[in-house]
Amino acid sequence: MASSESRGATIDIRSVSKRYGGFTALDDVSLHIEAGEFMTLLGPSGSGKTTTLNVIAGFTELSSGVLEVGGRSVVGVPAHKRNIGVVFQHYALFPHMTVGRNVAYPLALRGVAREHRERRVQSALDMVKMVDFSHRFPSELSGGQQQRVALARATVFDPPLLLMDEPLGALDKKLREWLQLEIKRIHRELGTTFVYVTHDQEEALVLSDRIAVFNQGRIEQIGTGRQLYDEPATLFVGKFIGDSTVLRGTARTSGDETAIDIGGQKAVTRKRLPNGGTPVMLLRPEKLALVRRGARISVDRNSLAGRVGEAIYLGSGSKYEVVLADGSTAVVRSTLEDEAFQIGDEVDVLFAGSDARLLADDDKADLTLT
Amino acid sequence: MAATATPEISRSRAPADAAGERRRWFRGQPFWLVAPALLLLLVALGLPLAIVTLRSFSEPGWGLQNYVWFFGSPVNLTVLQRTFTISAWVTLVCVVAGYPYAYAMTIVGPRVRLILILCVLVPFWVSGVVRTLAWVILLQDSGVINSMIRGVGLSPIKLIRTQTGVVIGMAQVLLPFMILPLYAVMKTIDLRLMQAARSLGASPARAFVQVYVPLSLPGLYAGAIIVFILALGFYITPALLGGPRSTMLSTLIQNQVLSLLNWGKGGAMGVVLLVATFVLLALAAPLTRQPHKTGSRR
Repeated sequence: MASSESRGATIDIRSVSKRYGGFTALDDVSLHIEAGEFMTLLGPSGSGKTTTLNVIAGFTELSSGVLEVGGRSVVGVPAHKRNIGVVFQHYALFPHMTVGRNVAYPLALRGVAREHRERRVQSALDMVKMVDFSHRFPSELSGGQQQRVALARATVFDPPLLLMDEPLGALDKKLREWLQLEIKRIHRELGTTFVYVTHDQEEALVLSDRIAVFNQGRIEQIGTGRQLYDEPATLFVGKFIGDSTVLRGTARTSGDETAIDIGGQKAVTRKRLPNGGTPVMLLRPEKLALVRRGARISVDRNSLAGRVGEAIYLGSGSKYEVVLADGSTAVVRSTLEDEAFQIGDEVDVLFAGSDARLLADDDKADLTLT
Repeated sequence: MAATATPEISRSRAPADAAGERRRWFRGQPFWLVAPALLLLLVALGLPLAIVTLRSFSEPGWGLQNYVWFFGSPVNLTVLQRTFTISAWVTLVCVVAGYPYAYAMTIVGPRVRLILILCVLVPFWVSGVVRTLAWVILLQDSGVINSMIRGVGLSPIKLIRTQTGVVIGMAQVLLPFMILPLYAVMKTIDLRLMQAARSLGASPARAFVQVYVPLSLPGLYAGAIIVFILALGFYITPALLGGPRSTMLSTLIQNQVLSLLNWGKGGAMGVVLLVATFVLLALAAPLTRQPHKTGSRR
């Protein structure tokens, strides 16, 4: 499973729960992370992703379950003996130490000889391009610079596992996007296992090998970004990752067909809900097409009447929000070649039934997103 | 050309703006806000201090005779040295008792913190004389403490009219001056730094010593300096709790001025104490400077 040359550690989380009195922060969470993998824990605040990170780091002790890092159980091992690097959202650099001394601190704790220490601090600062700042104090650095130093400090002692808790959360968008690429590069260079916590689904898609989507203390789905986007397992995942249109209505299943009634019009797909529940259809914006009302009738496609409520020009195309007959909103992405529409235009939204994802309806999916 | 000219203009304008700002400050209201306090300080502190200093050089005749007398008398030098020793002990006791107390104030919940703050402040609201008399009752040979010691079968210790008694009493009175500045600094220390230190391999004890303690030092220095300086000039507590071998300089000064009506000698002693305090402050000043400490919670 784990490649032999990889310097990262595997992580095995099996049936882990964490309870605070009556509140369950983690509810039977299981997650296997490969050596050297970039795994992102994604979810809204309070979903259990940070608790999971704190359990791995040793800041929080789990209530029940198995936690193995590199094949060995670390349950009951105190944080300072786990040899895991942690990067925090608030940087957590020691304000009374220079950048150089901050990065040297974990080496000093491990009794690394002074001359080796110097060299390793230099190469760690070199990796994050902060060598010239070695004699500065953290208060003299910008947020992005501080987080790069924190990254150097968390990796200078060669931990087999690096945990990052929303490390870019406090930075502005441009800097965040640049540092995302830096983190990706550093992950490639180090070969260490990275576990990254974020509530930003775009960030998760940019960085990760795989993503675990958390909701209300449970993992909803684990998969690559493509899997989560194309084949969301739950309505929550489908709505949390990317834009989506959710079609709800009276559903009728006959044979191998499911039809949903949306304000008098039918959306039909030759799919069935495997595990029961009320079926809803989830559609990605690029699977929908927009035509002027009555302009074209396609037999093999579903057609829903609506009015353009919002038109957003994106450069590479446009994004439309179309209000359907039942008052719900369809999100449509068009390319430059497609016809352009104005707010208020009467349109038909077309889509193939095979492009719709049939999912069980879930009230919680809406509640937790707001 | 234009690009090089623009900064030059702004550079030449900046000092003029700053000067204008300063002038406006003097003319404007802020100056008058501090005027009453300044006046009070001048009349109630500056003027008497000047008179005392003058009289130390002019009574009974002009010259340095009062200072020659002070430094020529072994008793005076012993008392001066004792004053500093007792103050140092008081400061030490306050650090040892105040540091954990202030730390506890930062980690408990708001309700418990309120109780802890009240415990610090309530003694403040009780007159120093009353508090010291309470200590007399507690510390005397047949007092509460010695009764308890006797109760468990140990021989009683002499507390009243000893240096130990004076230190205990003074430390109790001065403890709030240690705890409050310490707490003010400690509450700004980000406790998550300790978590970071642990993730880097530091045991909780090491993280505390290597991260928390250095960040709390400005508060510790501030509290220690305040306690030490207040202790140097303490009068009531050492007078009531102390004996002849724990006399402090303030008692000698009181004796000279009020009993012997010797303003010259009393003034000279006061000036010596004042100068010694300033020298000490100057020596401690570099310790309190921590330019790169931000330590604020985000």
